Amino acid sequence: MAENAPLPPVSRRGFLVAFGLALNAAAAALFAIPIVGYLFAPARRIAEQAWIPLGPLADFPERQTRLATYRNPFVEAWDGETANVPCWVRRITGDTFQVFAINCAHLGCPVRWFPESGLFMCPCHGGVYYEDGSRASGPPPRGLYEYTYKIEGGQLWVRGGELPTLSQPV
Amino acid sequence: MKRLRAVADWIDARTGLVSFLVETAGHRVPRNTASWWYVFGSATLVAFVLQVVTGIGLATVYAPSANDAWASLQALDYDVPLGWFLRALHGWGSNFMVALVVVHMIQVFLFGAYKYPRELTWTVGVFLLLVTLGMAFTGQIMRFDQDAYWGLGIGAAIMGRVPVLGPYLVHLLLGGPIIAGATLSRFFTLHVFVVPGLLIALVGVHLLMVLRLGINEWPMPGRLVRRATYRAEYEALVAADGVPFFPDAAKRDLVFGGLVILALVACAAIFGPIGPGGQPDPTIIATEPTPDFFFLWIYAALALLPANLETPLLLTAPVIGIGILLALPYLSGTGEKSWRRRPVAVLVVATVLLTIGTLTYLGTFAPWSPVMDAWSALPTPAAYLQKRSPLELQGALLVQEKQCRNCHRLGGEGGLRGPALDDVATRLTHDQLIRQVLQGGGQMPAYGKNLSPPEVTALVAFLSTLHPAGQVPAIDASARTNP
Repeated sequence: MAENAPLPPVSRRGFLVAFGLALNAAAAALFAIPIVGYLFAPARRIAEQAWIPLGPLADFPERQTRLATYRNPFVEAWDGETANVPCWVRRITGDTFQVFAINCAHLGCPVRWFPESGLFMCPCHGGVYYEDGSRASGPPPRGLYEYTYKIEGGQLWVRGGELPTLSQPV
Repeated sequence: MKRLRAVADWIDARTGLVSFLVETAGHRVPRNTASWWYVFGSATLVAFVLQVVTGIGLATVYAPSANDAWASLQALDYDVPLGWFLRALHGWGSNFMVALVVVHMIQVFLFGAYKYPRELTWTVGVFLLLVTLGMAFTGQIMRFDQDAYWGLGIGAAIMGRVPVLGPYLVHLLLGGPIIAGATLSRFFTLHVFVVPGLLIALVGVHLLMVLRLGINEWPMPGRLVRRATYRAEYEALVAADGVPFFPDAAKRDLVFGGLVILALVACAAIFGPIGPGGQPDPTIIATEPTPDFFFLWIYAALALLPANLETPLLLTAPVIGIGILLALPYLSGTGEKSWRRRPVAVLVVATVLLTIGTLTYLGTFAPWSPVMDAWSALPTPAAYLQKRSPLELQGALLVQEKQCRNCHRLGGEGGLRGPALDDVATRLTHDQLIRQVLQGGGQMPAYGKNLSPPEVTALVAFLSTLHPAGQVPAIDASARTNP
């Protein structure tokens, strides 16, 4: 561009159009950013976990696997029964436990425990697991999801709060 | 009549709408499009309008809250006058709309209607198919029962397989860490505001293009589509042998649309509302979740895919499939339109229908799933208990008690996951039976830890008796030659 070329004159109308467009772009951004933030908010709270009591140790006899349920720690008043989460508690001996998520590692259906054959079976696509949660057969890519647990004050506690998936096991 | 015309003129002078409608209804179309093959698009639109009407009706009672949704569906079915009928119309209407949209798409594909200059009409149509399936899936969630709950679980499990972004996508889908109130609210928003809004907008664009570009003429074998000449040829065809859309072509749409409505009303009245199934309480684990009919083929595919292909296919197959549909008119936008000269197109339709049909058929009885109550619900056939030793009878008891029949049939009843046991002794020798029971293999878990040696002896003793009369059991040939 030539140094001494005269700048094109800016008309009042042209300026107002440009100014109006810029103003609207800025306003739209200010308007949209919080909305996008609001809609994507659930994705920002990953791996929220808490210790959850499952009940006194006496509820879980040794060498048995029993269904336990807990109220999810992150809950709203209108969640209703959907916030009641089941899990399988296997007491091996004494203070040694295994606590499995109910969700099959294949696609999350609820696995059922069969004490007679010592197997967990999934009703959806036929995944089967042994009593220690390891994969026995069918499409699951891994064994059952296992909670970390602790024993405190005569109670069994697990660390949970999220739906377990392959990328975010409990 | 005169007065009516005056009112119409008055409105038209101010809006232009009346003359627009009259011109649109009377626009000329090729005579050969006045065919029964051209009624499916308008019938899909009829089904959609009905869905909007019944959907608005249902929304006046439905409570989109995880705590109350199921109870409000019960109220609709049993308390609210005619609530059951609206639910039935909406549920069956969804089936009708999915079916009609698919038939319409097949017709358009076989008639080459996606070719120049109607590429974008097809593209918008592909999105309409996706949005319609989106309505069907989110609608299944609105029927907030056990199937809906675990269906969401399956959706989350699929999202959880996405590398890196997995956990974020799961949270976005569920609106929180678990399937709960926020999840239902999200899907309600999608089902009632977002997806129908998209659907209406896309239908508008779709129709606008049909009007602007004209209805695809009946494809004549050998009459090729060329970019340079097609539009002039089409205009010449309409000028030479055109008829007004209304009534010449539209009369068939009218009749078929009316039949669709009647069939829908009949289905709703006869078969009633669809569900809801059990209440969405995840602690009730005695449930066997299955998706709605039009998603059964995906359910079947998910059970039958080889394990090592599962995640890659789950994540890429939908993208590739949709990509092919979208790319179609840009890859083969000219040339032959008639299905008579497009054998590959016909073959593709036949193959896809056969595949989806077979998978759907398998999905209706899910042979890959254990029959969870077979062990306690099905008796051992009496014939298999006659003339057996006490040890063998003990083995028969174990077949029941150890849940063998959840996966194996006996006397035609039981699971289909494993082979039927009626003639197992003809396939496996005594030693092979012991090995199979203890170590498992194939699809079978190993029972070594859960059976005591005496139990194994009894079980195998019974299994060794299972061979049809007149058919000898399998023998170990090597043991016979080397005593």
